[in-house]
Amino acid sequence: MPILNFRVNGKRYEVAVEPTTTLLEVLREKLMITSPKMGCNTGDCGTCSVFLDGKLIRSCITAAMVANQKEVTTLEGIAPHGEFDPLQQAFLENHGTQCGFCTPGMIMAAKALLNENPKPTKQEIKEALSGNLCRCTGYKKIVESVQAAATQKN
Amino acid sequence: MTFQTVGKRKPKYEGIAHVTGETQFVDDMFVPRTLTVKAFRSPVHKGRILKLDTSRAEQMDGVASVITYKDVPANAYGFGADQPVLVQTDIRYKGEPIAAVAAEDEATAYKALDAITIDIEEQEPVFDVLKAMEPDAPQVVPGGNIMMFDDRPYNLATMGDVEAGFKEADHIIEETYFFPDQEHTAMETQVSLVVPEAAGRITVYSVCQDRSMLLGMLAGILQLGSKDALKCECASEWAGRTRSAWRHHAGLNRLKMQAGPVGGGFGGKNEFHADPITAILALKTGRPCKWRWTREEEILYSTHREAMHITYKDGVKNDGRIVARYIKTIRDSGAYVGFNGYATGKTNYFANGPYYVPNLRVEGAAVFTNKPVSSTMRGFAVAPVTFAVEAQMYKIAKTIGMDPLEFRFKNAMRRGDKLVNQQVMHDTSIIEVMQTLAKKAGVQLPDHLSKMTSYDRRA
Ligand code: FES
Ligand code: FES
Repeated sequence: MPILNFRVNGKRYEVAVEPTTTLLEVLREKLMITSPKMGCNTGDCGTCSVFLDGKLIRSCITAAMVANQKEVTTLEGIAPHGEFDPLQQAFLENHGTQCGFCTPGMIMAAKALLNENPKPTKQEIKEALSGNLCRCTGYKKIVESVQAAATQKN
Repeated sequence: MTFQTVGKRKPKYEGIAHVTGETQFVDDMFVPRTLTVKAFRSPVHKGRILKLDTSRAEQMDGVASVITYKDVPANAYGFGADQPVLVQTDIRYKGEPIAAVAAEDEATAYKALDAITIDIEEQEPVFDVLKAMEPDAPQVVPGGNIMMFDDRPYNLATMGDVEAGFKEADHIIEETYFFPDQEHTAMETQVSLVVPEAAGRITVYSVCQDRSMLLGMLAGILQLGSKDALKCECASEWAGRTRSAWRHHAGLNRLKMQAGPVGGGFGGKNEFHADPITAILALKTGRPCKWRWTREEEILYSTHREAMHITYKDGVKNDGRIVARYIKTIRDSGAYVGFNGYATGKTNYFANGPYYVPNLRVEGAAVFTNKPVSSTMRGFAVAPVTFAVEAQMYKIAKTIGMDPLEFRFKNAMRRGDKLVNQQVMHDTSIIEVMQTLAKKAGVQLPDHLSKMTSYDRRA
């Protein structure tokens, strides 16, 4: 079995994986980092979104070995322990989360947007989150949360 | 008056855990030595199982157990006591579970499913309720496709004299509406994790929305109590329909069930999906078992909102008063009773909307088809008729040449009016709600409507 050697949220890991194992399976089942969720396992819903070397990806359709020698960041790693990222604070205050199942992927997608475009328009936020499904909120409060985080940052 | 909470935004109770990713959903729980569960589902919509062979799957390395109907202690559950956990002979919908495996990992579980062979005598299914009601339609269930309510093929609610009302009317306005079925598609699929504990006990970690009801039904299925349970005279109606039926032998003391957190439910997690099969496998293997449905399984085979045909016949006076109304609803129950019998009653009470009609007859029918069972979803049994009654109100107003808003005010419930079940409405406020909505929508109401109150008697 190939050995996957990578960093997750700043920590180094070495895991034996099958060539067909996905990054999501390694994160969840081997490392038990559970903020990335399995909503579809076919790349359609965005609940498994994480960063690979700073870029937003869907870990359910990414072969684990693609992350070899790379750095993965999940929601657990976006803020120093005990602190909140402005997005986390904004989702909390603006009720951008209901059941919470889509929230990790949603915040990661929003984070990817704000990293590139710190002052997005409402339309840009909607487009950036268009690959992330939420069945609870109706999206309005999610968009408001991202807007609030963007305003607070600047 | 000043309020502490009303009108204020309060932090969400579990919000911090949600935004940090610390919320532990059932699938986020990992117990050592857990087996992966997968189900062997029916490839056909309707048929008879002639031969089922699981022996090759059983012998495979890494397969801990394969179960069929023989392993289910009491293989009929639900409000109709008609739903099998695993099909014995008669398949009623495509995807119905026939066997299930518990294996060391997912890949092995899938391989085991491939090793199961089955011979089925395929039969003609019926999917459309109107076809299913025809006399020579394929029979979904042995007792006939139309659910009986005592001696009637529908659940009846009635008030006044509808025929007399129609005679009094200046206009008769009829229409049929159709509301399609709908899948909840919660972001979290069905998940169950069952952990065997000491002394023959188990803990069920379920995504279900309705723990207390399902706990009783699961106790009925598993029969962890007295060995004589199945011989007991109440065994045939244990299914959770009557609580006393299962209580004395069901072994509730061996069963612990933790529900949630729920990753979105919307009514789609009110009935059993993954729990009974996972529990049986955990008991059989003595090991923790976890079953997470795929998105495909969720969309195709989980419960969904019922499709409904809704017909209104209204007798209306020239002044806009509805004097008689006949409503017939036909709900697509899918293959089993589930909540559908109960739902017809709920539909009956809501089908007239927030309006008062003195002569009212409501017939709520439920019809079986070869689909997964229809069940609860937001506005359960109400949303379809709410859509239809408002569409009908609009149609009537247009037909008699009255403003649709005025027409609704005219027929809105007042305090003291009666529902079809004779319940007196002491605290109606539909008039005030419509006035507020009109204001918010920037609609200028004529004086006589903006001054109307729920205390006024009808003109
Ligand atoms: S689980 Fe990866 S996109 Fe849905
Ligand atoms: S909060 Fe439930 S799916 Fe988005």
